[in-house]
Amino acid sequence: MLAFLIRRVFQAVIVMLTVAFISFSLFRFVGDPISTMVGQDATIADRQAMARELGLDQPFIVQFWRFIAKAVQGEFGISYRVGRPVMDLIQERLPATLELAFCAAIFALVFGIFFGVYTALRRDSWLTKVVMTVSLIGVSLPTFLIGIGLIYLFSVELKWLPSFGRGETVKIGGWTTGFLTESGLKSLILPTITLGLFQMTLIMRLVRSEMLEVLRTDYIKFARARGLSDRAVHFGHALKNTLIPVITIMGIKLGALVAFAIITETVFQWPGVGFLFISSVQSVDVPMMASYLLLVALFFVIVNLTVDLAYFAVDPRLRISAVATRG
Amino acid sequence: MDMRILTIAALAASTILAAPAFGQSFKWARGQDATTLDPHAQNSGQNFAVLHQIYEPLVHRDRQSKIVPALAVSWGITSDPTVWEFKLRPNVKFHDGADFNADDVVFSLERAMGPTSDMRGLLTSVEKVEKVDDLTVRIKTKGPNPLLINNLTNMFMMDKGWSEKNNVLKTQDFKNKEENFAVRNANGTGPYTLAVREPDVRTVMKANPAYWGKGQFPLKIQELDYRPIASAPTRIAALLSGEIDFVQDMPVQDIKRVSDTKGLKVNSGLENRSIFLGLNAGDADLKHDDVQGKNPLADKRVRKAMEMAVNREAIKQVVMAGQSLPAGTLVPPTVHGYTKELDAIPKWDINAAKGLMKEAGYENGFGITLHCPNNRYVNDEKICQAVVGFMGQIGIKVNLAARPMAQHSPEIQKNEVDFYLLGWGVPTYDADYVVSFLYHSKQANRGGWNATRVVNKDMDAKIQSLTAEVNTAKRDATIAEILKWAKDEATYIPIHNQALSWGMKATYDIPVQDENQFYAKYVDFK
Repeated sequence: MLAFLIRRVFQAVIVMLTVAFISFSLFRFVGDPISTMVGQDATIADRQAMARELGLDQPFIVQFWRFIAKAVQGEFGISYRVGRPVMDLIQERLPATLELAFCAAIFALVFGIFFGVYTALRRDSWLTKVVMTVSLIGVSLPTFLIGIGLIYLFSVELKWLPSFGRGETVKIGGWTTGFLTESGLKSLILPTITLGLFQMTLIMRLVRSEMLEVLRTDYIKFARARGLSDRAVHFGHALKNTLIPVITIMGIKLGALVAFAIITETVFQWPGVGFLFISSVQSVDVPMMASYLLLVALFFVIVNLTVDLAYFAVDPRLRISAVATRG
Repeated sequence: MDMRILTIAALAASTILAAPAFGQSFKWARGQDATTLDPHAQNSGQNFAVLHQIYEPLVHRDRQSKIVPALAVSWGITSDPTVWEFKLRPNVKFHDGADFNADDVVFSLERAMGPTSDMRGLLTSVEKVEKVDDLTVRIKTKGPNPLLINNLTNMFMMDKGWSEKNNVLKTQDFKNKEENFAVRNANGTGPYTLAVREPDVRTVMKANPAYWGKGQFPLKIQELDYRPIASAPTRIAALLSGEIDFVQDMPVQDIKRVSDTKGLKVNSGLENRSIFLGLNAGDADLKHDDVQGKNPLADKRVRKAMEMAVNREAIKQVVMAGQSLPAGTLVPPTVHGYTKELDAIPKWDINAAKGLMKEAGYENGFGITLHCPNNRYVNDEKICQAVVGFMGQIGIKVNLAARPMAQHSPEIQKNEVDFYLLGWGVPTYDADYVVSFLYHSKQANRGGWNATRVVNKDMDAKIQSLTAEVNTAKRDATIAEILKWAKDEATYIPIHNQALSWGMKATYDIPVQDENQFYAKYVDFK
């Protein structure tokens, strides 16, 4: 067990280093940070002095090494764009992204399972046909179009919901939350639907096909033969068995919701880490971009490590093979 | 049951309490937030937009771009042509209650000249700043600088005591691990005080009760709520839905939609910025073309042919939805040195252009890459697409390479492009700013944005002479001479001056300022 853990942690470190290296080498193609740090009338001499000051005139490998050496000590530097420590910025923005991702996940799960079950049980009803068609739109339309469409309908035409921002937030310790105010909750609705729609249709289609599969199995027939109510058969036996793949998928997708909230955040001016990242790319804010990508990598590594450990605990075969290799 | 009713009541009460604070302020949106509130950290319009409400310079440009008094009441060059004298406004207080006086001016200008300041480029001619008495300051320049005043319109005054107390004697040093206090806190003399600063979310400013300009300006806006909204469709949606009162950067395609909406209004006006194409006329061979061993752009006939092939009127109508003024020079109409004659637009004449190409030996044209920014100027990439079509008509096969400005601008500075689009704003309102950055040959201190590679020692000397020339008539004659040479050489193809459009609730009716600077203190409404 310990050997397994050490091996996995070692692999995680390699993954993080690789991500840092690849992202760092890509930054050179994003542009020159100096061009957005100084005004148009800065002279060439000024620009060169600034590049020297920031160490941007050094070879790539030296810059990379300096970044890693500092990052290991927990120091990620000052954002070139806004002149504030990178870690402060990320800590400030993380609650917005996590709250949005959480709501989107709940939305996707609740509606996905509900519609999945409904469309599996009432295959021929008109609502099923409507839901199936709409879900195709959810899968095929790009996120920003869905966002703009929702804004147009609910903000511009109906004037029910705000078109941008988080509304009023409440600060609890280091965490800002939009859950405690009316404007905060209203502001969550459109971004949640935008971010969660794709996942929802995915879950819905997964549940539906699993349900259809399970409903044909012998134990369902047996349950019916025992004279159980429809409700007990559908929800007590069938649904329970379809949920295993759903949970697996949802675990993986939660990481994606956090990491890929970028587009939704940009459309709704949602002050999360994804929006922070986009602003950093536009101004070639190297410390900010590098730290964000490391953070996302860390997030995925932790999720995967947890999943691996969970498998290890659940599946006895893995434990046996571990013993066998040691022997 | 009782609990539930209580909860609902509590929720209802909290909404009622929250409502007034949300309702009365003037909500102003722009695409980008100020990166920092440190007044000397970045020389950029997006920062000045917010800073001008909180801080004030000695003089500033009003809504008609005229230089008017702010913290200085009068100014002028003394009998010594290298010394400027400023009389300061008496009885002015900073937001924290401290008095504004000559010490603050000396401190602020020295801070702006410091090594980590981005404003120092505008003050390179300054030798020293001296206090004469509490309300008089003298600025000594290295040589005569009759235009110094033009460089001070965004040079904000900070309080010396406040800066000492909060350890912000210098602007942010990126090697430092700490955040500079002035990045998110402000103490100016301006009409609005900083109440809330949440970067990328909102910046709330409240009317300054002790402002010196009471009675002189409308000052109708009591609370100013600045909301950056990066996505243009969302920004417009927020204006249409009534969540925002004023949008400063309107995409041209939305102007009609907004002005057709009841209760909304769009004001347009020219920006002090020209858009043009640059040509590498100086190198022996080009990197980004298909002609071996020689440079087609070195031939003036080719440059003239290209200039004639650009249909500026079509760009205005089709690409810019009418929101531009076709140009024949890089000097915008509001800038000193501009003349109608200079601005004469080259006639659009494909046949004549083809004739010139034939004469130059390029009857079958050639291939070249046009480098273009795609996130900097109004419809910049679309302008380039139109240019690709125009050049195709005279046989020049253009390969378009569009990319963000952060990639584009370093290549212009490093002379790595041959055919490129660029825009140039003129914050000093004097042609010197155009010629020394765009026509002077590239050196450490001048010609930084000139990638034409043309070196003309005679013209360089003339451009350099502009800085210290005190005789206005002589100086104007030199400017005219340089600009005539520039137009004749055609190393740049001027396209147009772009227009600005501000969208707002009809009650406000705010006119466009040609530096794209909004001043809340001038806004009047019933």
